[in-house]
Amino acid sequence: MRSFKLPKIGSFRLGLGLALLAIFVVLGLILPWFAPVNPLTWYKSPRNQGPSLHHLLGTTNLGQDIFWLLTWALQNSLILGLTVAFFSTLIGVFAGLAAGYSGGWLDRVLSFFMDALLCIPSLPILILLAALFGGQLSLPIVGVALVLFNWPYPGRQVRAVALTMREREFINVAWFSGESRLKILGRHIFPYIAGWSAANFINTVLVGIATETSLAVIGLSSAQQATIGTMIYWALKYQALLAQRYLWVGAPVLAIVLMFISLFLISSGLAIRSAARRIG
Amino acid sequence: MRLLGQIATRLISYILVIAFGLTVVFFVPRFAPNDPVEAMLAKVSSQGAYMDAAQADALRASLTDAFGLKGSLLTQYWNFVKRIVLTGDFGPSLAMYPTPVSQLIAQALPWTFGLLLSSTLIAWVLGNFVGLWAGWRPNRASSRIMEGLAILVYPIPYYILALVLSILFSYIWPIFPLTASVHGAPWSFAFIKSVIWNSILPALSIVLVVFGWWVISVKAQTTQLAEEEFVRYARLKGLGDGRILTRYVLPNAILPQITFLALQIGLMFNGSIVTEILFEYPGLGHLIYMAVIQGDYNLLMGTISLSIIAVATATMIIDLIYPLLDPRIRAR
Repeated sequence: MRSFKLPKIGSFRLGLGLALLAIFVVLGLILPWFAPVNPLTWYKSPRNQGPSLHHLLGTTNLGQDIFWLLTWALQNSLILGLTVAFFSTLIGVFAGLAAGYSGGWLDRVLSFFMDALLCIPSLPILILLAALFGGQLSLPIVGVALVLFNWPYPGRQVRAVALTMREREFINVAWFSGESRLKILGRHIFPYIAGWSAANFINTVLVGIATETSLAVIGLSSAQQATIGTMIYWALKYQALLAQRYLWVGAPVLAIVLMFISLFLISSGLAIRSAARRIG
Repeated sequence: MRLLGQIATRLISYILVIAFGLTVVFFVPRFAPNDPVEAMLAKVSSQGAYMDAAQADALRASLTDAFGLKGSLLTQYWNFVKRIVLTGDFGPSLAMYPTPVSQLIAQALPWTFGLLLSSTLIAWVLGNFVGLWAGWRPNRASSRIMEGLAILVYPIPYYILALVLSILFSYIWPIFPLTASVHGAPWSFAFIKSVIWNSILPALSIVLVVFGWWVISVKAQTTQLAEEEFVRYARLKGLGDGRILTRYVLPNAILPQITFLALQIGLMFNGSIVTEILFEYPGLGHLIYMAVIQGDYNLLMGTISLSIIAVATATMIIDLIYPLLDPRIRAR
């Protein structure tokens, strides 16, 4: 492998984003295991408490500890985002490679579906689904629907990279020296795609969490599970703002804002890196 | 001639995209576990209306007809397409019977359209201005601060920003109304004033996010373009910064933004739905929400079909405008 110097802006963004994300991974993926009680159950703590040592962020009017509720919400949102991004990237990379590499009618059909899905706003369809599933969607169904709407983003980009790759000199050299198609794909094309896909993957985590949150904020996502969006929904529903309990709404809002900033820093940092590599 | 061919291809793909979207909308309720007719019947009887079996059957039959659920799947599909494409008629609303759904949509559409269009335009002008300036002098402290702010704002979804704005300016420092309520005679001064007053917070949440994106991307473009030969030529010719920026750099910097805007419209629409619901702003998003809450099946199908058509149309219009703005494509 050729070594290359990272552009400074990209690596600074990446570092800052990863440091911020590390906080959320600790909060959302490790801490939930240490919750003293199930924060979803009602009246386990005194109601409407302000922040204290016992309850770091206070409690809700149903006697739930806001801090532990937030860790559970982060866990669900992160897992949903990561799962959606994993499957979207997987499908996107394969479809994009197939379209860009084979060309012809397969390319045309796949490109049509990618363009069509990009033009269709996903939230109205999710709202329609929620309305017809009795007002609420469980997280797995939201996940499947999000994968269906999000694979075209990585798909289009991989297709574009694969198209330019076909014309590159070293691919022809590999082809003429008798390397198999799979080997060319794996050894020569994939390393180029990996950087873009990583940036796309992080971006899809962001879009996935954002879309579930938007569904949840209007009360159409699962009410049985805690996500950042459902936390906001219940806080608004129980008039946390009129009661001036700003921490109850503020904690999930601040968490999601910081998480999105960190994800954006990572994905744009990765994209800057990939762009620099392509020139070099 | 080539341009005509491109337009024709774009129109065909536009029709195909709408056909695909409407097909999805048609099949979703048919595979969902809840039957909208039974749900409506349950709602009617839960409100205390007593019906004997014959009355219930009659109601069931008329609801099935009103929802377009009569006949085989193929006839239903044909009627659905015919209703939407040929007549633009989505049947009567059930919650606000007998107002036709199309009339409710016609009332809501200008609100959403006005909100999105005006906030995108404001953000576009401001974002271009700031982005150009920051990209032209990328190492100045003010440029760095502007870009830093843009990076902080851009990833936040509109509705989260809307929530933050409403906490700040409707609760903590109550200067703006919490929810939209319009008064005054149509098109009088009081009416227009109250529309603007009510739209400021929802619009501001969209403006800030879109502004963030334009600053980030115009700055990146400008920094790159500042190194180009033709910009150096303009500078050697002795032109001032303002003229170089507006005449030489700007036209090149905005082109990629237009393609990007076409890709963003769907996401922007998603965001505006939730913003409208949070502020009870009387647009299409709020209408969709009312349809869900009241179980108004015709209104739901109508608003969702229309949002797909609207987003696809907006995307196509931007795609068609693009060649007009890019002389390199227009000349061919």
